[in-house]
Amino acid sequence: MAHDHHNRPLTDVELRVKALESLLVEKDLIDPAAVEELIQTYETKIGPRNGARVVAKAWTDPDYRKRLLEDGTKAIAELGFSGLQGEDMIVVENTPKVHNMVVCTLCSCYPWPTLGLPPVWYKSAPYRAKVVADPRGVLDEFGTKIGEGKEVRVWDSNAELRYLVLPERPAGTEGLSEEQLAELVTRDSMIGTGLPKPH
Amino acid sequence: MNGVHDCGGMHGLGPIDPEPNEPVFKEDWQRHMFGMFIATLPAGLFNLDQVRHAIERMGGAAYLNTSYYEHWLAALETLMIEGGHITAAELEARKAELAKEAA
Repeated sequence: MAHDHHNRPLTDVELRVKALESLLVEKDLIDPAAVEELIQTYETKIGPRNGARVVAKAWTDPDYRKRLLEDGTKAIAELGFSGLQGEDMIVVENTPKVHNMVVCTLCSCYPWPTLGLPPVWYKSAPYRAKVVADPRGVLDEFGTKIGEGKEVRVWDSNAELRYLVLPERPAGTEGLSEEQLAELVTRDSMIGTGLPKPH
Repeated sequence: MNGVHDCGGMHGLGPIDPEPNEPVFKEDWQRHMFGMFIATLPAGLFNLDQVRHAIERMGGAAYLNTSYYEHWLAALETLMIEGGHITAAELEARKAELAKEAA
């Protein structure tokens, strides 16, 4: 956890945050203990390991995979992941013919319950601008290689609807357990800018 | 609303530059900004569409020159003031007090 540094003057942004927070506390609009608990939940409990469990289960359980593709929100909730910014989920499946990528061109919509809070690049203008016009160029920037002949589909999220990519299961992983498979699932492979780690 | 936030397909915005092993929050103020935002959201004082609209009203130059959580900060300040929960004068006064304390 970061600490305040009293050996330098506060920046304007730091002052604005402190001022707003202290006023909201004073007016009983927020409770500092509840705020801290919320922050810690997102720092330690909600993150891409949740999404990795969903993917690994879909790789090992054909019935679950079917449910996941039919009703993402419900199937993801079976594993206990639901709530803020994951109320309506669509899972898009990568296949030998199709590679999926997810963006929010207008802002930063992202499936929090399965992936946690988005990385800075996902929320920044360069990715949002480029991925819809030149997705293959974006894959190059991430060093991600997909077949030349693959169709690339880019899904633009919005405030109501969030997407999760179900990546292809890496070759040669037949003997791995669900837990071992989950280790191969990276955050970026569920956004579509990356692929799972090879076994 | 049409504006600079609607940047899909725009050219010339520079490299994507993903950072390996990026922390959830880079600075303490970002933690606090996130926390107070999601703590106020369920209270029904505003909804997410209002937040985005408030961000979109920052103006193009401010939007592109500030970071993500600064967008949230600008939006929450705007919505708290417009909703009558705080006043702009209170906010300025509190900032001045805090700056004095920290000096």
